[in-house]
Amino acid sequence: MTDLTISRRSLLKTTAAGAALGLAGVPAFSTRARAAATTVGFIYVGPKDDFGYNQAHAEGAKALKAMEGIELVEEENVPETVDVQKTMESMINLDGASLLFPTSFGYYDPHVLAMAKKFPDAQFRHCGGLWDKSKHPMNAGSYFGYIAMGQYLNGVVAGHMSKSKKIGFVAAKPIPQVLNNVNAFLLGARAVDPTITCQVIFTGEWSLAVKEAEAVNALVDQGADVITCHVDGPKVVVQTAANRGAFVCGYHASQAPLAPEKYLTGAEWNWATVYSMYAKHALAGEPLPNFTRGGLSDGFVKMSPLGPAVTEPARKQFEATLAEIKKGGYAVIKGPLKDNKGKEIAGAGKAFPETAIELESTSFLVEGVLGSTS
Amino acid sequence: MEDIGLWGVPLAILGGAIRVSTPFIFVSLGEAVTERSGRINLGLEGTLVFGAMAAYAVAVETGSPWFGVLAAMAAGAGFGLVHGWICSFPRVNDIAVGIALMLFGIGLAFFFGKPYIQPSAPPLPAIGFGDWSDIPQVRAALNVNVLFLFGAALALALWWGFKNTKIGLIVRVVGDSADSARAMGLSPTTVRLFATAFGGALAAIGGAYLSLYYPGSWNERISSGQGLMAVALVIFARWNPIGCFAAAMLFGGAGALGPALQSVGVTQGYYLFYAAPYILTLLIMIATSSPGRQLAGAPGELSITK
Amino acid sequence: MADVTATDVAAPLAPPKLSGAIAFAARRAEGLVIPLAALIAGMAAFSLFLLALGKSPTQFFELMWRGGFGSWFSLQNALLRATPLLFAALCVALPARLGLTVIGGEGAIVLGGVAAAAFGHWLSGLPAPMVILAMGLAAMAAGGLWIGAVGALRHYRAVNETISSLLMAYIAIALMNQLVEGPLRDPASLNKPSTHPLAEAYRIGPIPGMDVHWGLVVGILACVACWVLIDKTRWGFAARVAGGNVRAAQIQGLSVGPLIVGFCALAGAFAGLAGMFEVAAVQGTANASLAIGYGYTGILVAFLARQNPLGCIPVAFLLGGIAAAGGLIQRRMGLPDATILVLQGMLFITVLMSETLYGRFKIFNPDRWKRAA
Repeated sequence: MTDLTISRRSLLKTTAAGAALGLAGVPAFSTRARAAATTVGFIYVGPKDDFGYNQAHAEGAKALKAMEGIELVEEENVPETVDVQKTMESMINLDGASLLFPTSFGYYDPHVLAMAKKFPDAQFRHCGGLWDKSKHPMNAGSYFGYIAMGQYLNGVVAGHMSKSKKIGFVAAKPIPQVLNNVNAFLLGARAVDPTITCQVIFTGEWSLAVKEAEAVNALVDQGADVITCHVDGPKVVVQTAANRGAFVCGYHASQAPLAPEKYLTGAEWNWATVYSMYAKHALAGEPLPNFTRGGLSDGFVKMSPLGPAVTEPARKQFEATLAEIKKGGYAVIKGPLKDNKGKEIAGAGKAFPETAIELESTSFLVEGVLGSTS
Repeated sequence: MEDIGLWGVPLAILGGAIRVSTPFIFVSLGEAVTERSGRINLGLEGTLVFGAMAAYAVAVETGSPWFGVLAAMAAGAGFGLVHGWICSFPRVNDIAVGIALMLFGIGLAFFFGKPYIQPSAPPLPAIGFGDWSDIPQVRAALNVNVLFLFGAALALALWWGFKNTKIGLIVRVVGDSADSARAMGLSPTTVRLFATAFGGALAAIGGAYLSLYYPGSWNERISSGQGLMAVALVIFARWNPIGCFAAAMLFGGAGALGPALQSVGVTQGYYLFYAAPYILTLLIMIATSSPGRQLAGAPGELSITK
Repeated sequence: MADVTATDVAAPLAPPKLSGAIAFAARRAEGLVIPLAALIAGMAAFSLFLLALGKSPTQFFELMWRGGFGSWFSLQNALLRATPLLFAALCVALPARLGLTVIGGEGAIVLGGVAAAAFGHWLSGLPAPMVILAMGLAAMAAGGLWIGAVGALRHYRAVNETISSLLMAYIAIALMNQLVEGPLRDPASLNKPSTHPLAEAYRIGPIPGMDVHWGLVVGILACVACWVLIDKTRWGFAARVAGGNVRAAQIQGLSVGPLIVGFCALAGAFAGLAGMFEVAAVQGTANASLAIGYGYTGILVAFLARQNPLGCIPVAFLLGGIAAAGGLIQRRMGLPDATILVLQGMLFITVLMSETLYGRFKIFNPDRWKRAA
């Protein structure tokens, strides 16, 4: 077995050398690029064009294509098990990747951590994980954006546009990232009118088209007239809600083209900012930051342009709140505040700004959200 | 929008049964015909997914959802013919070929479907049977797609046709005993070939409904196993087309239970509510089966019940 | 599809002479030559598909070799991916001996994983061999109960096993999600709800010198054991008789009920082990990633292996290698990930079609040589 490998390897080398000789006269664009290039690998858990989570990352990756000295390799539909470990390994071993972005949360523990230990020379930056200096390898790291602020702004617009004073949220699973978004959406609406309630329906899966559509129908049947969501691909939610005559706020990427009349605004990722930052560091040979977080003011998150249905008072409050958030230190979760079981979350005067690390382990729904976390 | 409170649950079950059941209706009716001829095609999930893609792609290209449905039917019939042809060789296992075609159909659909994830296709029309009502929820629940009506009519027609037409008789004879069919001068292979092609065409309509009406978009997660489940429903319905329709309605309605209950405040244990259609189907099967009655209505030539 | 060739081969006439040895080899060769020819035909059909799309088949198969088989790294990648498929395939192949088509192995895998994770956590503090053994037994019990119930429903209530196993797979996945996000959830598992992670000591490590965990060895042993059970024991014989004709088996005095339930339970137990290795050797915890379709790929493996447990080993390895090369092909050729599904579908179809060729070629049938001579 070993003999075979070695002979194959030397054979490949010879072939490569021959090819290089043969190409000597040709303008060696590929050889030059290869020699100096940093190969960056992107791994997606679903299809790259899902109008949502994966598309947002793929659009960010596209920004690197234009950069001199960067070579991009991408793989989609990679499950969160040995598959992703082997994909990372294969990208390092066979493609020569030195910087990897495994973009799904479930990739982090144990898969990214295991590969980071195995390949100390490669750099791993993961979306959404909580990198911890005391526990995790130094060549790993994590980045994320304060997108709940975007859902808060969605809520502000929703609060103005809702006539029934009921808004709805289609959520995948009761995890901190989702709960923060639900809470922010309601609190944004309550900043307009404190009597508004938000019904949440958990579908239990990240991508389940028919169930998402059923959830929207159930919400609208119960009177919700502005809908948003946190699932991997919001396309179905946006289309179904618009068909039922409800307004929609987008998530992950812009879904405005799917429902131009009913789309109010949306909380979008702007991963190009993050990926270009890492790539520039890598090209300059500088160390990459291990723990990166940013929000609307950092360009990690952006809002879709307001839709044609948005009223003037809604626009004014939206813009004022956005300006306020961009100043920094804005707190959505601030006392006095109770959860929807009546337990106090924050006493008077206590506030959790977007940067508060506690928010990355949220386990409650705030008062006014109709739904349960388990 | 009026506050209808708890009335939302039965209304959602009714509306859900109408909205969600259509793919199950078409796939199970198609499979009922195939199985009545003595063959099982387990690969209709692949046909359904490919049908969803083909319908969407053609609807995008031509601007007409009906051309999409036709294209899906043609593709589905094609998959059915391939299945029927391969199974016509001696000793080839029809269940296994079904699984192979399921993979192949899904693979081809995803392969050729990539460019059609982003564009929007024109949807199939619906008829507002609830327009008499002032309550928007009722209007929405009774907004019925034409394919659903077509499926209901087809169930009746097939039920009648199996009993009263020559073609129905031929299919049943071939399904019950290939030997007696041959004695009557029929070719079981040919009959099964056409029965499988017919089943494939219907299954693909189920897919077209998914991508062109509800939920009405094409992506790789559009089906959550409707095709596979519908094949199972045929055995549950004991090969009776009316039974297939009823089983599909039951399954669709039970599927609407989970979101509806959450929307009125029953929020604990939603995974178990989401499993309601499966649990219910299993319980009914256990309750209605007993040793000895097992073969009631089963085509004698069917490998799965032999 | 009774496996006639395997039984024929199992009882060969003692070949004392050279001609006997040739006859023996000829009989054996049929089971090798036909599937290989079918694979080649499938690859040829797929090459036409690629050519029609303007892609290079040579590049494709070169990448497939490099990514799936052609180096120590790729080979291990293939073996690692083959491991859960071995167990999942047994969950189909064992009941198939009784004429049952069980397609819900996914449910047993998922519940086996949850049971293993739960016991690994509850027994924390006990010596590692004891805990690992308990995890294995818990997983086998969970999976065995699940598929055993399918067998019992089939025999005692005449509930069709194909539907009930599929329904129960969906129910099992719902149960797993409910448990993992409810009573068994580790509050620290934040954005991916999971059970409490297993302590380092209770994890199952790699085989020395390899990247592949011990599940591979156990899986291969399980396949061999099942082959012995079916081909060499009276239970296996009884199962084959009952699979052919239940009434005939009852007339011979075989108790078909316990046989069906026993085989199904054993099948489920093996699938449960797949879940246990997924938890103890890969994830370190149980979560929704347990349900990623190993159970369904297992059906493919079992049918391609003609329900022969020994055949499951090379078939699982082949499918593992194809899956391992999938990423490389996606990245290098710009082909969608579904390309692999298309290839698998084509290979599967040609191999199934080749079933019809058995017994048709004189060269594999020494008895017919004499007649001709």
